[in-house]
Amino acid sequence: MTSVERRPRRGPGGDRVMVPRAEFRSYYGRPILKRPTWRYDIPAYLFAGGVAGGSALLAAGGDLTGRPALRRAGRLAALGAIGAGTYFLIHDLGRPGRFHHMLRVAKPTSPMSVGTWILAAFGPAAGLAAAGELAGYLPRRGALGLARRALPPAGRLAGLGAAAAAPALATYTGVLLADTAMPSWHEAYPQLPFVFAGSALASGAGVGLLAAPPEQAGPARRMAVAGAALELAAAHRVETRLGLLSEPYRTGKAGRLLRTGRALTAAGVAGALLGRRSRVLSALSGAALLTASLATRFGIFEGGIASAVDPKYVVVPQRERRAARGPKTSTDT
Amino acid sequence: MSGNSLFGPLDPAPDAGYADPPPRMGFFTDTSVCIGCKACEVACKEWNLVPEDGLNLLGLSYDNTGSLSANTWRHVAFVEQPLPARPAEPRVSPMGAGEREPRFLGMPAFDLPGRAGSDGGNGAGGDGPVRERTDFRWLMSSDVCKHCTHAACLDVCPTGALFRTEFGTVVVQEDICNGCGYCIPACPYGVIDQRAGDGRAWKCTLCYDRISDGLMPACAQACPTQSIQYGPLDDLRAAAARRVETLNANGVPEARLYGHDPDDGVGGDGAFFLLLDEPEVYGLPPDPVVTTRDLPDMWRKAGLAALAMAAAAAAAFLGGAR
Repeated sequence: MTSVERRPRRGPGGDRVMVPRAEFRSYYGRPILKRPTWRYDIPAYLFAGGVAGGSALLAAGGDLTGRPALRRAGRLAALGAIGAGTYFLIHDLGRPGRFHHMLRVAKPTSPMSVGTWILAAFGPAAGLAAAGELAGYLPRRGALGLARRALPPAGRLAGLGAAAAAPALATYTGVLLADTAMPSWHEAYPQLPFVFAGSALASGAGVGLLAAPPEQAGPARRMAVAGAALELAAAHRVETRLGLLSEPYRTGKAGRLLRTGRALTAAGVAGALLGRRSRVLSALSGAALLTASLATRFGIFEGGIASAVDPKYVVVPQRERRAARGPKTSTDT
Repeated sequence: MSGNSLFGPLDPAPDAGYADPPPRMGFFTDTSVCIGCKACEVACKEWNLVPEDGLNLLGLSYDNTGSLSANTWRHVAFVEQPLPARPAEPRVSPMGAGEREPRFLGMPAFDLPGRAGSDGGNGAGGDGPVRERTDFRWLMSSDVCKHCTHAACLDVCPTGALFRTEFGTVVVQEDICNGCGYCIPACPYGVIDQRAGDGRAWKCTLCYDRISDGLMPACAQACPTQSIQYGPLDDLRAAAARRVETLNANGVPEARLYGHDPDDGVGGDGAFFLLLDEPEVYGLPPDPVVTTRDLPDMWRKAGLAALAMAAAAAAAFLGGAR
C-alpha cells in the first residue's frame, strides 16, 4: 500500500487521478487538522457584526452632521444586525444554554473572549441608540413622557459609544479567524482585519444607500468607495500573496464566493457613484454592497476550511519552513 | 506571565501560577516497539468512559479508528511501506539486541504456523519452501494529545474551560465548556474535537484523575511493550535521547524524535514521540507552531485596521459637499 507515498487524487467524477499536483506525503491523504465545527452561523455572524459596526459609524456620522435619515437607518440596522449576530453566535454553541460561561473570564489571548466583551459593550449601546429613535412614539405625559424626553439625548450618547466600539467589533473577527491553525486563515492574519474593516464599511454604506434619500446619502457613497477600496485591496493580497495558501481562496466554493463578492462590490460602488439622483439605483447599489459583504465573509470562511481539509496545505508549507531553517539536530534527518 | 508566555521554552505550570508544582509529567511514545495491539485505545476508553465512535472498516491497513477525536484519545496509526533496499549493513532489531538480521515472524495467514510455503494448506506438510521475505515494513504509532508547552487550545478558550494542571498538562473542564468550538481549529495537531450529540469539546486528560493519585495513565499502564512510557518529562527526554542514539548507532538511521525540543514551535510537547519516518507519514504536522505566537502582531494589525476604518468613516462625512 503506497498511499502514504503519494496521495491518489480523486477527480470530480470520483475516478483516481494518478498525477499528484504537489509532492508530499501524508497518512492516507487524511486531514492533519480538524476542520472547525462552526456552521453557517459563524460567517453569518461575521457579516452581521460588520453590518452592525458599519451602520453604527454611519448613524453617528449622520447624527453629528445633521442627516437624520442616515442616523435613524444606521441605529436601527446596527441594533438589528447585532441582535441577529448574537443569535447566530449562541445558536452555534454546542451548549447554547451555557452562553453566559463566556462572561466568566476576560482573556486577551482568546480573540473570542475579547469579542465577547466588545459585543457586551456594543450591544446595549446600540440598543439604547435605537431606542432613542423610537422616543417619538411615546406619549407626551406621565412616566413614559419622561422617557420620551430623556431618550433622545441618551440615545445620542449611546450611539456615539456604539460608534466608538464599532471599529473594534468589525476588525476583531479578523483576529478570531487568524488565531487558529487553519493555514490559510493564519497566514492571512495581516490582511484579514483590513478585509473585514472594508467589508463592514461597505455594508454600512449599503444600509445608508438603501434607506436614505439621495440628498442625505453623500457620505454613504463615499463610505462605500473607501470600504470597497480597502476590502478589495486587502482581499487581493489574501488571494495572491500567500503562495500555496492563497490557492484555497481562488478555487472551489471559496473562490466562487469571493469572485461573486468582488463583482457585487464593484457593481455596488459603480451604482452608488452613477446613481446619485436615482433612489432606485442607490437602493440597488446598497443591496449589492450588502450581498457582496455576505459573499466575502462566507468566501473567507470557506477558504480557511478548505486549507484544513487537504493535508497538502499543512505539510508542504511546514516542510518548506523546516527546510529553510536547515537541519537542526542530528536526530532530525 | 513571563516573557515566554506565548512562545519559546517555558515550564508551563509555574507560568500558569502554581507556586510549588510537582515535576511536569508526560508521555514518551517509542513507536519502534509499538506492536499495534491497540490496548492503549481500549484502556483509555474503558477508564475514561469515552463513548464508541463507530464500528468502521476504513480500509487503512489495520487502522479502523482513523484519527484522534472527541471519542478517541489514543489512536494507533498503521502504515504499510515498501522498505527501500538497503546496502548490506549490520542492523539490529528494534529491540536493540544483537540480532544481525531482522527475523520475519510472518504475516497473519490462514494456514498453520510453519506452513508458510504452502498457499492452500494442501497437506504437503510443514516443511515446504520458506517464501522469500519481501522488502516491507509496518509502522505503528499510538498518537495522543501532545499537552503542548504553549497550548493553542488553552490560549483561545473563551470560557476558561481548558486549564493547565499542576502537572503541566492541559485538561477540559466538562462542566464549564459551552461548546464554542474555538479550540478545535486552534490545535495545530488536530487533536481536540466536539462530541456529536453532546456539543462539548473533549480530549485526552493524561488521566488527570489517575496521575493525581500517583497512578500511571491507563494507556501507559496497558501498553505491553512499554512503547508508551509515562513519567517526569525531564526523565523521559533523557531516556528518549539515549534510545534514539542507540537506534541510530545500530543501523536504524531513520529513527528521530518528534516534539521533544523545547525550542520548537509549541515550546516542546508534554507527549512526544520516537518516529521511524517523517511526521506527516503518521499524520502529524512536520513543523507545528502555536498560533498565538503571532497574536500580539495580529492585535496590532487589527488595531491599524480599526483606525483605518474610523478614519475612513470620518472622512466620508467630513469630506465632500453633501
